[in-house]
Amino acid sequence: MKQVNINVHQVTRIEGHGNIVLNAKDGKIEELRWEIPESPRFFEAMLRGRYYDDVPYITSRICGICSIAHSTASIQATEAAFGIQLSEQTLLLRKLLFDAELIESHILHPLFLVAPDFLGVDSVFSLVETHKDIVVMALRLKKLGYNLAELLAGRKTHPLSCVVGGFAKLPDLGELEAIRKRLEDALVDLDTVVALFKTLSIPDFTRETEYIALKDPKEYAFISGEIASSDAGITPLDKYLEVTNEFCVPHSTAKYTKNKRDSYMVGALARFNLNHDQLLPRAKKAAGELGLRAPCHNPFMITVVQVAEAVHAVEDSLNLIDQILSKGVKEENNRVKVRAGRGVGAVEAPRGILFHDYTYDKNGILTNANCIIPTNQNHNNIQKDMEALVPLILSRPEDEIRQTLEMLVRAYDPCISCSTHLLKVSFK
Amino acid sequence: MKPKVAFFDFTSCEGCQLDALNLDGEEVIALISAVDIVNFREVKTKREDNYDIAFIEGSISRESEIPRLQKIRSQAKVLIALGACACIGGINCLKNHLPMEEALRIVYGKDAKYYDTIPARPINAVVPVDYYVRGCPPVTAELLKVVKALLLGKKPDIPNYPVCVECKMAGNICVFERGMTCLGPVARAGCSAICVTSGRRCWGCRGLVDDPNIDSEKDILKKYGLTVEQVVEKFKIYNTYAEVTK
Repeated sequence: MKQVNINVHQVTRIEGHGNIVLNAKDGKIEELRWEIPESPRFFEAMLRGRYYDDVPYITSRICGICSIAHSTASIQATEAAFGIQLSEQTLLLRKLLFDAELIESHILHPLFLVAPDFLGVDSVFSLVETHKDIVVMALRLKKLGYNLAELLAGRKTHPLSCVVGGFAKLPDLGELEAIRKRLEDALVDLDTVVALFKTLSIPDFTRETEYIALKDPKEYAFISGEIASSDAGITPLDKYLEVTNEFCVPHSTAKYTKNKRDSYMVGALARFNLNHDQLLPRAKKAAGELGLRAPCHNPFMITVVQVAEAVHAVEDSLNLIDQILSKGVKEENNRVKVRAGRGVGAVEAPRGILFHDYTYDKNGILTNANCIIPTNQNHNNIQKDMEALVPLILSRPEDEIRQTLEMLVRAYDPCISCSTHLLKVSFK
Repeated sequence: MKPKVAFFDFTSCEGCQLDALNLDGEEVIALISAVDIVNFREVKTKREDNYDIAFIEGSISRESEIPRLQKIRSQAKVLIALGACACIGGINCLKNHLPMEEALRIVYGKDAKYYDTIPARPINAVVPVDYYVRGCPPVTAELLKVVKALLLGKKPDIPNYPVCVECKMAGNICVFERGMTCLGPVARAGCSAICVTSGRRCWGCRGLVDDPNIDSEKDILKKYGLTVEQVVEKFKIYNTYAEVTK
């Protein structure tokens, strides 16, 4: 008569609030839920009647960790609505800014939030005593991402200079050159991170699911391309609702999604499974060393892909800086001509595909908004993973079951503040 | 005994806590040698309910958050509001312009019955606050300054003059000269006018100075052919709570 009663109120080392409930008796699961009790924030009420210029400023506040992803999706939705074409300079700067956030986020999650599980401590603060060099290096890399964003957008959390149509302030080329040196050094630091992750014993669990991510024939997509699914092929951005199919569940303030199966996955592993061929050379090599081979169906490997993507983001930043330095930067006319219309913007936030969909009136005032957040799209997949995983580990000690389930949730790098900041609206 | 420090989040984006970690290796080592961080859910698993200093991020926007905050207040010797949502209600209060039933219906439709929400408010609308670390997000250096002052038993020296002062020192061209509205003349400084320096305007994320010169702001608007309504639209983004309660 073995009873398992697990109730993790607010899983730690994740962004936002999520609970795990598991009750089992004699090897039979009676209750198993991934719950989202996060306080909803009603961004639609915040956006209603706002002038386009304030819209990305407000939506960046959906999430403190991926504010650049939200700003970028928001800006691109507005640009699509107004029919704005971007200059090459803006595109290069925007991609570089996106890489900056990716570097910061993909260091924060694997090293600060996940690594403590594998190193047997409760937080990065305890690691200062046992693994001081790693902590100092992680902070150095995190700060590099921060400083790169600062150079391009004034700051990383809630960026400023990136605006609809371009950049309100251009970076100093001397400073770009200086940070280029730090990015080169970062490649060496990342070798250490790869070496560390090679030694960790990642739980062995697989469950095949549908993978969804942006796909662009030209590059490993983050801010361009169309919606790709491992089950259903390509869908254009403006048909994103056909892929996401949101629905409400009583135990969650976040909405859930599904497409071809019971659930689908977005994020680093989905990107890797769909776009692995397009990783830059050093990142591809890192992925190989880390034992990644597409298709990979182990959700615990999401964090490992993030490490390879961090390498990719640094390589990509170096390439972009070289292009920017060789072309120089010049003041451009970013004057925006507003018009009535609807536009969809999609980016690969660190945690997966993110959609912003806006409708504006002829004066550039927002009348309708919808946002679909990566973590929202993963909640259902987390639940299905738990349902497949628990029977395999139910005979283990309760503490071990709890920790394995927490690690599963953490692997997804959930960003729950985001996921309850829904924007499904139609203003009457 | 090192003072025990705890971080808690309510309705927010958690960006303030994240920026609190934007430190160098040396700073982190210095910090954890001076204080014991006993409760920080975003980055730490073990939790202790015995702490001296509590940092609160986020505003209060659900009934269930009120007793939780009261309990933290009764435990903490010092309670610090961290960031715009906690200090002034911030961006969350924009939803207060709609009736709550309406806000729920818009977001969740027929499923609205599942959810609990109340008009958003700053922390000091529920419990007394000892110190404020303002901004959206706060400036990490200012956060460290407040922690240092607390450890030394001093009152942190936080600016109470308008953003225009710092903006002039930064050598920026005035936002009004660029034909846009700006809250710089009445908004509280301490940010080095980072938004204007980065090519934007001031949205007043640190709240207003204690005695704002509203007449002077009106004169400026008049001079540049802008209306009070235009500036109120910008003011609402962070300061809806102040506007509604005044």
